[in-house]
Amino acid sequence: MQSIEININDPANKLSMSDRWLRLRKRIVDSKELYLYLAPFAILFFVFTVLPVIISIYLSFTYYNMLEAPKWVGWQNYIRLFLADDVFLIALKNTFIFAIITGPVSYMASLLIAWMINEFKPKIRAFFTLLFYAPSISGNAYLVWQYFFHNDPYGYANAILMDLGIIHEPILWLIDPRYILWIVIIVVLWMSLGTSFLVFIAGLQNVDNSLYEAGAIDGIKNRWQELWYITLPCMRPQLMFGAIMAITQSFAASQQSIALAGFPSVDYAARTIVTHLVDYGSVRFEMGYAAAIATLLFFGMIIIQRIVQGMLNKVGE
Amino acid sequence: MKLKFSIRKKRISRSAGGDFANFVFILISAAFMALPLVLITCNALKPLSELFIFPPRFYVRYPTLDNFRDLIILMSESWVPFSRYLANSLSVVILGTGGHVIIASLGAFVVSKYDFPGKKFFSAMVLLSLMFAPQVTRIPTYMIMAKIGWVNTLTSLIIPAWQYSLGFYLMSKFMGQIPDAILEAATIDGASKWRIFWSIVMPYVKPAWLTLIILSFQMLWADTGSFYIYSEAIKPLPNALFQIAAGGIARTGINAVVMFLMMLVPVTLFLFNQSKIVETMGTSGID
Repeated sequence: MQSIEININDPANKLSMSDRWLRLRKRIVDSKELYLYLAPFAILFFVFTVLPVIISIYLSFTYYNMLEAPKWVGWQNYIRLFLADDVFLIALKNTFIFAIITGPVSYMASLLIAWMINEFKPKIRAFFTLLFYAPSISGNAYLVWQYFFHNDPYGYANAILMDLGIIHEPILWLIDPRYILWIVIIVVLWMSLGTSFLVFIAGLQNVDNSLYEAGAIDGIKNRWQELWYITLPCMRPQLMFGAIMAITQSFAASQQSIALAGFPSVDYAARTIVTHLVDYGSVRFEMGYAAAIATLLFFGMIIIQRIVQGMLNKVGE
Repeated sequence: MKLKFSIRKKRISRSAGGDFANFVFILISAAFMALPLVLITCNALKPLSELFIFPPRFYVRYPTLDNFRDLIILMSESWVPFSRYLANSLSVVILGTGGHVIIASLGAFVVSKYDFPGKKFFSAMVLLSLMFAPQVTRIPTYMIMAKIGWVNTLTSLIIPAWQYSLGFYLMSKFMGQIPDAILEAATIDGASKWRIFWSIVMPYVKPAWLTLIILSFQMLWADTGSFYIYSEAIKPLPNALFQIAAGGIARTGINAVVMFLMMLVPVTLFLFNQSKIVETMGTSGID
């Protein structure tokens, strides 16, 4: 067989810049119809998702109160966030406690419960899927937790504890800074079996059954080994997607905190970065400062997503 | 798919003790999930005397529809008629969801099945957008709305719903598994792209429509619109319901009914479409 040699340094074989542009242009013109199909979504996506991020980054370097034109202030907003804003540091700490607990716990719970449910007969499985998924789509149903953690003896938690004689006066669940954050965490966990849970259920159903038989022959002894060596590696794509959903959720939860713990919460005990953002953006109208908080949160979330994806690539190795 | 499970044998790697432990674990977590939902239902049916009983009782003893009646009476007295709120909500949910399914499917179709300059970049942007929550960019979004002049219109709720990127992502993943051979055969037979999209691809991805519909529906249904809308006459239903429920202790019964209704609609919708939705989610993975 004769090998063909192309001398890339030969000017005749080198694509000139203008040639490349012409080719690209031709490909673009050829795909005219395709762009037309994508255009409605792409334009709206740009206007309502991409553009806000760009504006946010720009505003974060300005002083802007919505009345006067934005004034460029450089890194001043960021410096103020870390050096002069004590409440932001509380918010940062709370957000991390919150995300480190709710993110992994809801992710693991979604996976574990989906995996256990998968063993049941289809009818029972469908019932449990509905039950576990329902809280996440029930809108403001989480407000019902107020009845459990009412601050007076009418609340179920207080009533039960007092009945058992563990406490003698009602605990102020949503006022005492020692409890607020934890209650918000419980409520968020309750409604966190959302999209990622469904994705795991679906992923488990798609694992090829013959793999399990082969695994049994190869000496897999119990269900945990089977999970780690067969099921999880097969589901890696779903695990990735589920992780993205779980992380986004755990960093963004704010409505539950605002609705249950009040805004601002006592001693800022349930302050998260997002509620801090709401405070500066929708109450104080310091838009530049709010944009700096948003920008930090944006990059923080993306960096954490990347780290977690790196970790998930090691599953089953 | 269904057959696969009905004939599944007991696997060697399962011990009876483990099965039992699993079952207990599932029951306990199911109870944790179910209790608040049961409480919502019970509370909606409790007469006033049971709502304020001391010590508090969980289950309802003498169920009544009094609370529902009270809500209807209150609603009929409000100066913006109930039907108006309902119409506002329905138009947001129907137009928002409908537009989203069509526009996202159109885009997902070309992204998943054809190649063109900029496609990789666009897909990467969509994936990136899943990684942060929309709350982060609410303020600039409001500014854009204000510039376009959509603040205080229902459009401000409908149009942004069309570009919900999770729906686009799920749809393009699901379309990705349509065999290319089918599309090629259709192209050879002279079908236009539109024809392929409309008569071949869209019927094929019906399970994915339902998924997009429920995701978008539950999001829009729960949206009070309070961020963009301040005129009473165009507020969606949840907003009106929460305003009524905000009446404090005297409205406890009505409040319970409101929670119950807000929960009932999306859960029922999911109940009837569960298998289709799970099928779509199976293709959602990131490779």
